[in-house]
Amino acid sequence: MGNDATLSEKILAAKAGRDRVMPGDYLLLKVDVALANDITAPMAIKEFKKAGGTRVFDPQQIVLVPDHFVPNKDIKSAEQAKMMREFAEEQGITKYFEVGRMGIEHVILPEKGLVKSGDLVVGADSHTCTYGALGAFAAGMGSSDLAGVYLTGKAWFRVPESIKIDILGKFKPYVSGKDLILKLISLLGVNGANYMALEFSGPGIAGISMDGRLTMANMAVEAGAKAGIFPVDEQTAAYEAERHIRVEKTGPDPNATYCKTLSIDLDELNPQVAYPFLPSNGRDIQEAEKDNIRIRQAVIGSCTNGRMEDLREAACILKGNKVHPRVRCIVIPGSQHIFRQALKEGLIETFIDAECAVSTPTCGPCLGGHMGVLARGERAVSTTNRNFVGRMGHMESEVYLSSPAIAAASAICGTICHPDSIRTQGEK
Amino acid sequence: MSIRGKVFRFQDNVNTDEIIPARYLNTSEASELAAFVMEDIRPGFGKREDIKDGIFVAGENFGCGSSREHAPLAIKTAGISCIIARSFARIFLRNAINIGLPIVELKDTSGFDEKDRVEICLEAGTVFNHTKNRGLRFPPYPEFLQEIIDAGGWLKYAQKGK
Ligand code: SF4
Repeated sequence: MGNDATLSEKILAAKAGRDRVMPGDYLLLKVDVALANDITAPMAIKEFKKAGGTRVFDPQQIVLVPDHFVPNKDIKSAEQAKMMREFAEEQGITKYFEVGRMGIEHVILPEKGLVKSGDLVVGADSHTCTYGALGAFAAGMGSSDLAGVYLTGKAWFRVPESIKIDILGKFKPYVSGKDLILKLISLLGVNGANYMALEFSGPGIAGISMDGRLTMANMAVEAGAKAGIFPVDEQTAAYEAERHIRVEKTGPDPNATYCKTLSIDLDELNPQVAYPFLPSNGRDIQEAEKDNIRIRQAVIGSCTNGRMEDLREAACILKGNKVHPRVRCIVIPGSQHIFRQALKEGLIETFIDAECAVSTPTCGPCLGGHMGVLARGERAVSTTNRNFVGRMGHMESEVYLSSPAIAAASAICGTICHPDSIRTQGEK
Repeated sequence: MSIRGKVFRFQDNVNTDEIIPARYLNTSEASELAAFVMEDIRPGFGKREDIKDGIFVAGENFGCGSSREHAPLAIKTAGISCIIARSFARIFLRNAINIGLPIVELKDTSGFDEKDRVEICLEAGTVFNHTKNRGLRFPPYPEFLQEIIDAGGWLKYAQKGK
């Protein structure tokens, strides 16, 4: 009790200029970054104008990323993107990322150093919680919230209660942040953390890479959480230093109050596969292998798993192999920067040799937009974050969520499988 | 303010992809969105004549998934006057408050069936099911949220404070 605060409470108190805030407090706070995309920005812009807005509060605060339906898939979505582009021009918003210079919003904001540790970030996209990996307090909101920031620079917050996730041990081979977060969501349930923040802690987090942390924080919302936050440690400091940002190490106070603690031992964790139609339907890969799940499509990308480490992991498994004749494997680097790096490292060549389709960065099939929409009865394994009914296309299609390693192995096998069941060329 | 209407019943975990599927998100025009509301759970629902003054009753975690404000907006524009659920997903709740779509959290929503006639009084915190002749209470909104509602939504509130 007393004055010891969780990391979320610390950040929110600092922003409110108070010593202490308590769960349940409502705060009106100035935000550091306000993000919107080609689906949510048009509505925010309309609301802003309807409320009589002419000039935004601070153009430097605003980030606009067309990523969902771009390069535009049809006339209507092109109109949406155009509205956003013109708003950026009219308002002098420089943090607008055009096709050819863009990437998926939650991949490029950390990559370009546009969000940093300790920031208060709001975004009209539910996966805005991704930046908790850097020790920022970042929460998804709606378009009216964004319009409010455009008008006043501020948004309203309710200080959340926090759940402590105590992580022990070390990942086994082919187990990563995606498996850990899928496991946690299956333990918590899809609304087990509704209105709350997840705080990741324990000796195990030192061994989780920044890409892995971004994947985990990204999916906090899949348990209903408002934020998923990591302490700022050496690894965060090193990541930020590469972007010329200096940060102080910080974390929750030792006796902070949590409404619940969940412990998990990485030594015991197996690769996870979340069955349709909820992200909380995670099961061990061994179980999925027994179910002999035949797939038509494998998707490797998205704001969850479209980063460098993800592509390396997938390429390592695909190298010297071919995608199963029945399967379409679609690989989507999360940003132009990652695309170029993957080219340099020869990963793109590996993908093409394996007969994958490689796309320019986009959300694409993740939300059933374009670049891999499923037909009736089709089944996909995907490194994305949601497997709701109809998420990737037809209402009678199915999505199984997994890590890049499992998705790559399954693309080769034609059924959902562990990478151990694939023989790489070297071993043949 | 008293809200009356006819119940449309939904289950737990209704997500925003079901409320308004992503394939219709290439527009932000409210009336276009309303035509496809609940399309993936009840095809054709948004085009029905009898949904005006409807009230949604659902289980837990209504509105989970994406942050799209298109979801509560499509529901509101279709003529649904209130949503009663055991719980709401966080962003959906926020969006509904921000755009002025009344929502009610009731501990138990099992006693409602499709087509029941219901009356809700937000100030008094009561829901009366006329068909079942049964009344239930819910706690009032926290003061801050009530102020947003009284101001006529978040943007009006935000501008007032400026
Ligand atoms: S990749 Fe998928 S989850 Fe991520 S922002 Fe795009 S649509 Fe949303």
